Amino acid sequence: MDFFRPTSLADALKLKSAHPLALCINGGTDVMVELNFDRKRPETLLDLSAVTELNQWSEAGDSIVLGAGVTYSRIQTELHAQLPGLAMASRTVGSLQIRNRGGVGGNLGSASPAGDAHPALLATGATVNVSSVRGGRSIDIHEYFIAPKKSALDPDEIIISITIPKARGGQQYSKIGTRNAMVIAVCSFGLAIDLQTRKVGTGIGSAGPTPLRAVEAEAFAASHLDWEKGAALAPELLAEFGALVSAASRPIDDIRGTAAYRRHTLSVIAARSLKWAWTSTNEFRST
Amino acid sequence: MSNSTLPTKQRDHISTPVSAGLGESVARPDGTLKVTGDFAFSSDLWAEGMLWASTLRSPHPHARIKSINIAPALKINGVSAVLTHDDVPGAKLYGLEIIDQPVLAFDTIRFHGEAIAIVAADHPETAKRAAQAIIVEYEILEPVIDPDFAISGKAPVIHTGGNITRHVPILFGPQDLTADVVVKGEYEVGMQDQAPLGPESGLAIPAEDGGIDLYLSTQWLHVDRGQLATVLGLPPEKVRLTLAGVGGAFGAREDLSMQAHVSLLAMRTGKPVKIVYSREESFFGHVHRHPGKLRYEHGVTKEGKLVYVKATIVLDGGAYASSSPAVCANAACFAVGPYEVESATINSYVAYTNNPPCGAMRGFGAVQTAFAYESQMDKIAEVLGMDPIDLRLKNAMSRNSLMPTGQPIDSAAPVAEILEKLRAMPLPPLTSTTEGFDIIELPGGASNATHGEGVRRGIGYALGVKNVGFSEGFDDYSTAKVSLQIINGEPVVEVHTAAAEVGQGLVTLKGQIARTELGVQRVVVHVSDTQVGSAGSTSASRQSYVTGGAVMTACKAVRDEILLFAMEKLGHLHPHLLHFRATYLLVDGEIRDGNGTLVSSLADLVQDRIFECTREYRHRPTTPIDPITGQGLPHTQFAFAGHRAVVDVDIETGLVKVIEMATVQDVGKALNPQAIEGQIEGGTAQGLGLAILEEIQVVNGKVKNPSFTDYLIPTVLDMPPVRSIILEYADEHAPYGLRGVGEAPTISSTPAIVSAIRAATGLALTRVPVRPEHITSTM
Repeated sequence: MDFFRPTSLADALKLKSAHPLALCINGGTDVMVELNFDRKRPETLLDLSAVTELNQWSEAGDSIVLGAGVTYSRIQTELHAQLPGLAMASRTVGSLQIRNRGGVGGNLGSASPAGDAHPALLATGATVNVSSVRGGRSIDIHEYFIAPKKSALDPDEIIISITIPKARGGQQYSKIGTRNAMVIAVCSFGLAIDLQTRKVGTGIGSAGPTPLRAVEAEAFAASHLDWEKGAALAPELLAEFGALVSAASRPIDDIRGTAAYRRHTLSVIAARSLKWAWTSTNEFRST
Repeated sequence: MSNSTLPTKQRDHISTPVSAGLGESVARPDGTLKVTGDFAFSSDLWAEGMLWASTLRSPHPHARIKSINIAPALKINGVSAVLTHDDVPGAKLYGLEIIDQPVLAFDTIRFHGEAIAIVAADHPETAKRAAQAIIVEYEILEPVIDPDFAISGKAPVIHTGGNITRHVPILFGPQDLTADVVVKGEYEVGMQDQAPLGPESGLAIPAEDGGIDLYLSTQWLHVDRGQLATVLGLPPEKVRLTLAGVGGAFGAREDLSMQAHVSLLAMRTGKPVKIVYSREESFFGHVHRHPGKLRYEHGVTKEGKLVYVKATIVLDGGAYASSSPAVCANAACFAVGPYEVESATINSYVAYTNNPPCGAMRGFGAVQTAFAYESQMDKIAEVLGMDPIDLRLKNAMSRNSLMPTGQPIDSAAPVAEILEKLRAMPLPPLTSTTEGFDIIELPGGASNATHGEGVRRGIGYALGVKNVGFSEGFDDYSTAKVSLQIINGEPVVEVHTAAAEVGQGLVTLKGQIARTELGVQRVVVHVSDTQVGSAGSTSASRQSYVTGGAVMTACKAVRDEILLFAMEKLGHLHPHLLHFRATYLLVDGEIRDGNGTLVSSLADLVQDRIFECTREYRHRPTTPIDPITGQGLPHTQFAFAGHRAVVDVDIETGLVKVIEMATVQDVGKALNPQAIEGQIEGGTAQGLGLAILEEIQVVNGKVKNPSFTDYLIPTVLDMPPVRSIILEYADEHAPYGLRGVGEAPTISSTPAIVSAIRAATGLALTRVPVRPEHITSTM
């Protein structure tokens, strides 16, 4: 196995172009598991952890540009005000050690339906910025996930950063896992309320072949929320929202849980998330 | 040299009071090393020029091997040897109780993950790839996966002799009783894994005498040696084992796993060979806790007095016997629990199937039955409208109660006190969901699944009982060699046993015993190996008792020899030594008479002599049980414990947060209170795992979750604080009055948690582990 560890983005892109089958590794929290289990035997590993451009975040107007290698721990501590949904999702990732190494770039690279960041990114309508020697492009998160563990990334491309709108309303991330920490999602749900555009964004994890969006639920919520005054939500409305989220999922039975359980709990955590996020939306209203 | 000529300074130095003796919470020597990552485990061993071993395992649970082609593996650069069953020089089968398991499979594959071939290569990856290059042609057979079907007489026979590995009946008291109230229940226990964090690993070094030196993790060096000698075709003295750093055991290391494989490869290649299982291989490489189906019928009076218990227990032993026969007997003996009953009719079966082999795990048959009988006790209380603690109190065993085997309990059985103390312990407050609450405290924890919605509190109680030590007439002993000599003017004791320290704290305890018995501060605990007699197994909560007893006995023998020597040397000055030697003591580096008057310092008396004694210790003998009635005296000591669990359940998601575990356990005598607390908390955690998390999922004979990603053990966020009360009712038959502590806390933990979940949800919950969908699908 060849192992490259470029120290600049330009070198990294050249190497990826020369070795399109190279597997990118940064924190290693996904890749090393795959290697340990013999599920992947890449000819080449491209270690991006020394590429400083990937390990920074910056503000760009109403958005945060999050370097692909910024760790979950940093997202939690440095970006919880601007990206509350993603910060909550980050909190649920693995253990502290994993959160100190792993980042959103790796999550997107694996494109697993269970990736904890995905529902938060879907809910906020993030954009994935990728590059190759051919140039850069931005992929709408809703077009990023193509099939199980397959993304819109081309073989010579590297994920550089993710552009995520700063919160303009309540956000939530909620996950069902059999254990109280360090657990792969049985199902998960991300929600972002945008007081300015009066839109509601959703993301469903671990309940379909790819991370999914609950389009009808989004429309239902947007049209039923009391955007003007922020009136509390009726239980029936929350239940209907939960049911619509559940209906948008396409879960299967596996060792982590049954499809029926996933559908049921998705409806529960979606309804709860809407209630919580709507309450915290009031904080945005007053400012 | 007489005492009066001793320089005062030296005597002061030597007579500094000996500390870290029995009864103190002596810190374990490996504690800091393990926390900082500096402890050398068996997986850290290294030898010059060593090779690495890998195993090829069957992907099928049941198949006939048509051919094995090792040529492609041998062609790989760096491969030194590829061995199959043809290369086993001695016996091709081994086993703890029944010799039925192939060292390497031949003819038939009986479970998913069975070892077929082994490889030695210059790099672990090369070895792994070479193993994968071996071509095995299989004729796939239908696996027998249901133990009920396996023993029905209609299933294909897995081993000659039939699929019933053992049937233990117990017929106690009159067999024709009727009762006011009859409560029936059927319970199921899933397959738990011991999940020791240290994977199976070891290093084999071929010796010049044609023998082999092994450094590895195990629970019983001598029984490994006996089996290895047979398999390797060597006399036992040429198989020398030394215990390496063990990362937990819990029963998983009682059977051979990699021992024979790594030895065969070392002998074939003439080089040191090391093996370290991956976590995945570890799940295939050791036996698990028996899953079981338990059908119960309790007859009780309207007042809540047990009249009869009928139980049929079917345990799934999997493809090979391992310690199934003993587990089956234990399940039968402890089928009623710590309760008095007039009549018991127990039938315990263990079946051969094509599921993974099951054997020893902490609790050993008593765990499965405790879930069933404690569930029944709760159900009876509900039917009678009684408080579940009052019901238990009404039937609680005490000293002189009879076990269903007819065996009287001839030491303390403070069952009622355990219950009363559990009931009296303060309860934790309700989890706050007001301003500033932490989601970590709620069901789902870090996952942010609830902010209090759907959360219901439940409280449950359970009791457990289990034997300490080996049973049914087994000659259960340990050996200790203890020496005392003077080094640099200071007395030093060396303690040498073959007992496996697997994390339980025996190394610390051996030192405590020697310090206390011989009054010497400096104790060197020799590494455990086969250069001294057998210590028996580190299982059945027995090492403090049996090896502790052996160390105590050997220390007393050394003391006697020193006093005898003192009599010879100093008898003219201390005439009482002749007749009252037994009243003399070794204290703080000195010999003193019964009044505490100094006779001599050890340094002065012993000088350059070495006093050394090797002694065996046996607990009181037990007897086999009658094969028809199950009556006998199969056990030597009983351990009792109880738990109270407080849980929060989110009834809409089925997620559970255990808020607190409270426990009371009688330990006879707390020789190292901190170590006992550690055992109690660890055992409680393992019971919690079985209650709500841990299960090897086997579908059609295939293991579906051989990883810590999907086999979930409790994290620090799942394991709550433990409130424990340690009772000390000395057992007059045991060394220092101690009672084995290792297993009891695992037994009652599981049913207490499930009872609490029932209290929170109102559901019956007859299977463990309770999965979230068991709660939501029926709410």
